[in-house]
Amino acid sequence: MIREFRNISEVNGPLVFVEGVSDAGYGELVEFQLNGEIRHGQVLETTDRFALVQVFEGTQGLTPKITTARFLGRGLTFGVSEGILGRVFDGLGEPLDGKPEPFVDKYVDINGAPINPVSREYPAEFIQTGISAIDGMNTLVRGQKLPIFSGSGLPHARLAAQIASQARVLSSEEKFAVVFAAMGITFEEANFFIQSFQKTGAIERSVLFLNLADDPTIERIATPRFALAAAEYLAFEKDMHVLAILTDMTNYCEALREISAARREVPGRRGYPGYMYTDLASIYERAGRVKGKKGSITQIPILTMPEDDRTHPIPDLTGYITEGQIFLSRDLQHKNIYPPIDVLQSLSRLMQRGIGEGHTREDHSAVSNQLYAAYARGKEARELEVVLGEAALTDLDRLYVKFADRLELEFIAQGEDENRTIEETLTIGWRLLRMLPRSELKRIRDEYVNKYLPKVES
Amino acid sequence: MHQQGYVVRVAGPLVTAKGLEKPMMYEVVRVGELKLFGEIIGIEKDLVYIQVYEDTNGLRPGEIVESTGQLLSVELGPGLTNNIFDGIQRPLERLREESGDFLTRGFSVNALDRERKWHFVPLISSGVEVEGGNFLGEVTESSTVVHKIMVPPNVKGTLQWIASEGDYTVDECIAKVQGPDGTVHELQLMQRWPVRIPRPVKEKVFTDVPMLTGQRILDVFFPVIKGGTACVPGPFGSGKTVIQHQLAKWSDVDVVVYVGCGERGNEMTEVLIEFPELKDPRTGGPLMDRTVLVANTSNMPVAAREASVFTGIAIAEYYRDMGYDVALMADSTSRWAEAMREISTRLEEMPGEEGYPAYLASRISAFYERSGFVKCQGSPERTGSVTVIGAVSPPGGDLSDPVVQATLRSVQVFWGLDQDLAFARHFPAINWLNSYSLYLDRIGEYYNKTFAGDWLKKRNEAMAILQRESELLELVRLVGYDALSTEEQLFLETARSLREDFLQQDAFDDVDSYCSLRKQYVILSSILLVHDIILNRIRKGEDYASLISNPIRERISQLRWLREEEIPDWRQMQDAITKSFSEEVKAHD
Repeated sequence: MIREFRNISEVNGPLVFVEGVSDAGYGELVEFQLNGEIRHGQVLETTDRFALVQVFEGTQGLTPKITTARFLGRGLTFGVSEGILGRVFDGLGEPLDGKPEPFVDKYVDINGAPINPVSREYPAEFIQTGISAIDGMNTLVRGQKLPIFSGSGLPHARLAAQIASQARVLSSEEKFAVVFAAMGITFEEANFFIQSFQKTGAIERSVLFLNLADDPTIERIATPRFALAAAEYLAFEKDMHVLAILTDMTNYCEALREISAARREVPGRRGYPGYMYTDLASIYERAGRVKGKKGSITQIPILTMPEDDRTHPIPDLTGYITEGQIFLSRDLQHKNIYPPIDVLQSLSRLMQRGIGEGHTREDHSAVSNQLYAAYARGKEARELEVVLGEAALTDLDRLYVKFADRLELEFIAQGEDENRTIEETLTIGWRLLRMLPRSELKRIRDEYVNKYLPKVES
Repeated sequence: MHQQGYVVRVAGPLVTAKGLEKPMMYEVVRVGELKLFGEIIGIEKDLVYIQVYEDTNGLRPGEIVESTGQLLSVELGPGLTNNIFDGIQRPLERLREESGDFLTRGFSVNALDRERKWHFVPLISSGVEVEGGNFLGEVTESSTVVHKIMVPPNVKGTLQWIASEGDYTVDECIAKVQGPDGTVHELQLMQRWPVRIPRPVKEKVFTDVPMLTGQRILDVFFPVIKGGTACVPGPFGSGKTVIQHQLAKWSDVDVVVYVGCGERGNEMTEVLIEFPELKDPRTGGPLMDRTVLVANTSNMPVAAREASVFTGIAIAEYYRDMGYDVALMADSTSRWAEAMREISTRLEEMPGEEGYPAYLASRISAFYERSGFVKCQGSPERTGSVTVIGAVSPPGGDLSDPVVQATLRSVQVFWGLDQDLAFARHFPAINWLNSYSLYLDRIGEYYNKTFAGDWLKKRNEAMAILQRESELLELVRLVGYDALSTEEQLFLETARSLREDFLQQDAFDDVDSYCSLRKQYVILSSILLVHDIILNRIRKGEDYASLISNPIRERISQLRWLREEEIPDWRQMQDAITKSFSEEVKAHD
């Protein structure tokens, strides 16, 4: 049911009004033809007199008089098959690697459909990332959405690449895949990921969607949806465990703001649209597990917080939807600690069910709690020390300061290729706890202290 | 005889239609070929504004809109508990059977199962006069809930016939009532009620009965009454949802309605996994048997999110009318408010604060006002209650947010969550310095009368110590710890013990998750008694260091991990503490 129209009455930023169309579907895909060039758009509002269309490739050079709008009678779809593995696409799902179009098993709506809450399987399978700050204190589980809250200049790309190369589930050999969506990131950063996937051999099991910094802005609205449509196909129809990395969500949100501004909508905080929560949820909630299906989608979105401000609407709304966050800290970065994960500000909401006996080790939860409490106290004492000098601290507080220092250097800090097992992570934790008087270990049951606390300090 | 109109505009969840002859505000309509569910929310000349409860992708102008003549309503009857519905009360389990793991659109499924038979036992016989709210009979709905079958609120007259004891489906006729005007009402196990209208009651009454939650900081410091209102605002990661789950698990009520409004899908799954396994502390039956879930997760259509809290509260009121205590948790009301904002924006209404509609505050307060401890309509005489607890998710944790402010004007209890406490993994991360309960005096009197005469006194004493702590910590920041007198150091030490051994409670620990009133009292009293003893002794000039290292303190810090039956009586504990300190004197001599 293709209809063609030539009466474009108004162009405003990325938006185009097409007059005379009386039956455009909401969300329908539109092709604009001008001088042999084809651009794509999507219907944002439809009435019996006109349709409002957002143009993904932008409206630069678009001449209303000579442009034809073809309404294609369908929404945005992506042709999926196992042939998409190892391939690189642009932000609208067109091959970018010069190879022929992959074989298509079927076309799927890029918006997907919400998982029925009763069909969800609760994520509880521990993923070992080999990074102590994550495994030990902010454990990732299969089917979780755990974003990295970063800032400009912080090594989120290195961290995400390290997770992608090291992540594995204990005692299982299953099919995995990486789906990578780049939204407005630099060529350099995209290249870093590609190189890193190549180095680890993950590239064969990867699907990449690239919308780089110089690619059309509005296309970014569609890019993560293409990626997640691919991920859902691989996970729920091909039984793969998919790790979806979406970077950078900040650029995505800015594209959303641009469209909202062009539509003259009432702006919410900092000019972002009031429906941004709902919109972000339609992306993040596409992680998870489904009962009776073998595969899973684990999401690691990356966002750079403007001015490192976690109350900025982008990290704030993200934090309300995702199941925790990995928070990178500029202070630790300055101390030359990699990965600079601020464990106190980080959180994994799904940790409790993925750790402990049968998952990691019986003492995991208690050790993690104790490390948190002790590190928080150490940091507090350290602030006090800055104001009052070391002499004003009690002996115990001085000990806590030392504890905090060592936790940063020995537990959080590790090499970019260093892949620690969960046992190793917990051992380091106990080694640090050994510094404190035993009566301070209030959050750990006596039986675990007796069993795991090293006899001598090291 | 349904009227028909057609779509003229689609903008997200808002659809404009023309051609409906007699549209009614808040009437349910079916939109388009897919027959999407919608509700009329505005009428302007021949234009009708409809909020659509399902995704509108692909919908186009010209498609048909059909009216139903009904207000948005819920089905009320046996089969609500132990069930999970979406925002407009479609049973998700049935949807899954019909349409698979992913939600598809336009499915019309009855809220209550029409096949299942329930064993009905009549309580009255024909010939009597009945009115709205009268018990007709009862059905054992689950291991914990006896479902009273009531005359619907708007029906009155002579009971002509009532079915005998036996098994009936929810839509079979079980009674006939002839009204004063001669019309005969055929009643069923099930009745319908429009969600946006509060169900009538005889009167709201004043009460001082607390809703016990098993959470130490709530029951002791900031309690809520049955039929009261409370809100839990906090930034993300501060533990709103865990608190809501804890309340749903351990509150001493008969029925819990949990509305997951615009939140995470996995959180609803967690409830679905956990609740069937957990035991109701009052009846011993599975918790799920007293629970009704309404789930409209953040990626489900936004308009249904707006409806979900009303669906929830209408169900809660229905169980209240049976004479039950009901608790409704709404997580999160901010998402509900955002849904209102989105619809309002699409209607191009004049925005109020932060783009929220001008009627935000009145909608919020009207919602909380549907709580209350009431005398129910009809006979037998009975009381019931709906307690409403709303989570609020202010942007950036900023309490000046319009939703928080509007909520605070309507609720009596404020449990303020604190990010710093959450960072230090102090859970529940309720800030004891800025939270409040306006029910405190009433409930304190109730505790004093029914439980222990010095309850309120002890609570206030503990609070004073915690307040003293925050002042002292300011001082420590300026002059250092060593500059404090031993008396002041003792206050800090006791406050620490209150925080770590009493206020903190581990929701994930089998034992600590729930704490009875008796256990709360023993722990609190023990900490305070130790404080008093040491304070007296150091005032007499005894050595602080040796007093504070008394081993009984270690034992007190372990109390929270002990099972209820291992908790000593307060008398025993009191003796143990006094003895421990007198032994120390001997050792000293």
